[in-house]
Amino acid sequence: MKEITRRQALSIGGSILAAAAIGVRPVFAANDSQDIIDKFTSGKTAKEGRITLELPQIAENGNTVPISFSIESPMTKADYVKRVVLVADANPRGGVATFNFTPASGVAEASTRMRLAQTQNVIAVAEMSDGSFYMAKRQVKVTIGGCGG
Amino acid sequence: MISRREFLQVAVATSALTAGSGYGAWSRLAAQQALTEAQILDFKAYGNVTLVHLTDIHAQLKPVYFREPSVNVGIGGVAGKPPHITGSDFLDYYRLKPGSPEAYALSSQDFIALAKTYGRMGGIDRIATVLKSIRAERGDNMLFLDGGDTWQGSYTANKTKGQSVIDVMNSLKPDAMTGHWEFTYGAARVKEAVDALPYPFLGGNIFDTEWEEPAFDSTAYFERGGVKIAVIGQAFPYTPIANPRWMFPNWSFGIREEVVRKNVETARAKGAQLIVLLSHNGFDVDRKLVSRVEGIDVVLTGHTHDAIPEPLKIGNTLLIATGSSGKFLSRLDLDIQGGAVKGFRYRLIPIFSDVISSDGETAALVDKARAPHRSELERVVGHTDSLLYRRGNFNGTFDDLICDAMLAERDAEIALSPGFRWGTSLLPGQPITIEDIFTHTALTYPATYRLPMTGKRLKDILEDVSDNLFNPDPYYQQGGDMVRVGGLGYTIEINKPAGSRISNMTYLKTGKPIDPEREYIVAGWASVNENTEGPPIWDVVESYIAARKTVNVSPNDSVKVVG
Repeated sequence: MKEITRRQALSIGGSILAAAAIGVRPVFAANDSQDIIDKFTSGKTAKEGRITLELPQIAENGNTVPISFSIESPMTKADYVKRVVLVADANPRGGVATFNFTPASGVAEASTRMRLAQTQNVIAVAEMSDGSFYMAKRQVKVTIGGCGG
Repeated sequence: MISRREFLQVAVATSALTAGSGYGAWSRLAAQQALTEAQILDFKAYGNVTLVHLTDIHAQLKPVYFREPSVNVGIGGVAGKPPHITGSDFLDYYRLKPGSPEAYALSSQDFIALAKTYGRMGGIDRIATVLKSIRAERGDNMLFLDGGDTWQGSYTANKTKGQSVIDVMNSLKPDAMTGHWEFTYGAARVKEAVDALPYPFLGGNIFDTEWEEPAFDSTAYFERGGVKIAVIGQAFPYTPIANPRWMFPNWSFGIREEVVRKNVETARAKGAQLIVLLSHNGFDVDRKLVSRVEGIDVVLTGHTHDAIPEPLKIGNTLLIATGSSGKFLSRLDLDIQGGAVKGFRYRLIPIFSDVISSDGETAALVDKARAPHRSELERVVGHTDSLLYRRGNFNGTFDDLICDAMLAERDAEIALSPGFRWGTSLLPGQPITIEDIFTHTALTYPATYRLPMTGKRLKDILEDVSDNLFNPDPYYQQGGDMVRVGGLGYTIEINKPAGSRISNMTYLKTGKPIDPEREYIVAGWASVNENTEGPPIWDVVESYIAARKTVNVSPNDSVKVVG
């Protein structure tokens, strides 16, 4: 009977290895997502609403998770979305991306992909031109074993 | 509101019959004594559209025994609601008589005795008989829809990459299908098979990973009985997580509620008067989906293998659950007027193989598909003294057998076996053939790995898999039943939050607690990772049974369920 090497063997069970290997660090390095949000809002409270976050409930591949957001706004000179920050609250570092908009953007929408080390919340915070802030939060599961059927 | 009594039509006249009267001819006699083909086919046609639904047959072309789960725990808002009712509670809820044919078909109560009384269920040739009878009556008003998990789950399907089933299904002329395990034949094979299908393979929630463009058609339109019908297909949302993503790396799935909503709006805009979601979401996901997406008239559910004898009405949507393994066919007659469902009549038709006659043409196709493999299919490896079954949230006896085989044949301390819902049942005294072994193992990634894992890693796996099953939000439920374990005991508190459900992990060989730091030699199969090595699981199970001739699986009490 052929024995498998440790290297091959460790690759069982979906992203078990990836999750385990990365999972060591966050225990020691505190995630800075709250700091990023506090800086972004200068400590103001962000209200819920206006932001639609599109994320998978469960990531198919933690290394490249698609994320889209759209924000309700007329996007006129009088009333528009200025900036949006995305953070992930259990990655080794919380920052994912910051997007800048102007009235000329027409819509406040964007899509990107991010890496998620483990199951965690992804948070979007938007700064409006009147100085108010909105936020939305969604949990994305990153599973370690696939046993479906 | 339509009363339950009105559409609960499974109850058929039964004559007095005592359970456990014997084998073979007795079973045929008993089944026929209790009910007739005419009774099973009897259905007062209603309205202008008939939907016929078949799902999750898992390549079972011949009649089978299939024990419904005795444990199917509902979590959060669905606790105690169908399909999370089992055994005698199920019989009470649907007012079915213990010992009746319906009780046998739909519950786990007295399974062994009733199986001997009423015989096997299913068989695609019997399904064909029912289908042809409905088609003869309702042809121009009827749609026949296949919910998927059709091409995988048997020896012949495995050897022919699904073709043995496709050939037979094509002869039954489905109007559309969706899928899940179909994808495990790999993207190239799926494309080849789908391109050759004479009917659409729908998957509105499948997109290419690069550009997020639709990879399959979402919707097929039909006109039946003067009604324009849109059928929207929804493939299993977590196929790339529950099954090997590397086999179809360019396809992304997901529930994609927004996409479903848009597809429904598009269908309405195109004039559809009846919108059907042909879904492989699983029952609880569909129940949540229709509470959030308006405009779907009927969901033909699949994936979770639930057989529910009456439609569940959520808002204005009817949810139909047709079971698995060919045991049932659903017939839903609808009266559609002015783009709305004015009324319906439903029957979950039980396919009692000893009562419903075989359709010769279909039986010949099945024989043809089996002929090249016949000697292997029928090769007896050993016998069982115990009831062998898989279905249920925790260990089933066939999985205990597989775990025992892995522990012995791979010289492992602990065994892990996936919680699949497919896999039929064997009664005490029955021979175990190669076909039976494949019915529980026939997948395209069968390698039985052997590797060390720390106690902590084992706990992480159990926690992760349990959250895939017991997360209170159905949208976060990813997979099958709980991973089966051998050599390991544990307690699970299902209502606790993710990461804290599992406790009291015990290494059964010594009776000592699992040490988080120690490495244990673990054997398992069906890894979703590429390049997993080891012998195919069917060889492992065969050599274990062959060495023992007769297997006896004692009840497994090493998993304690709390909550």
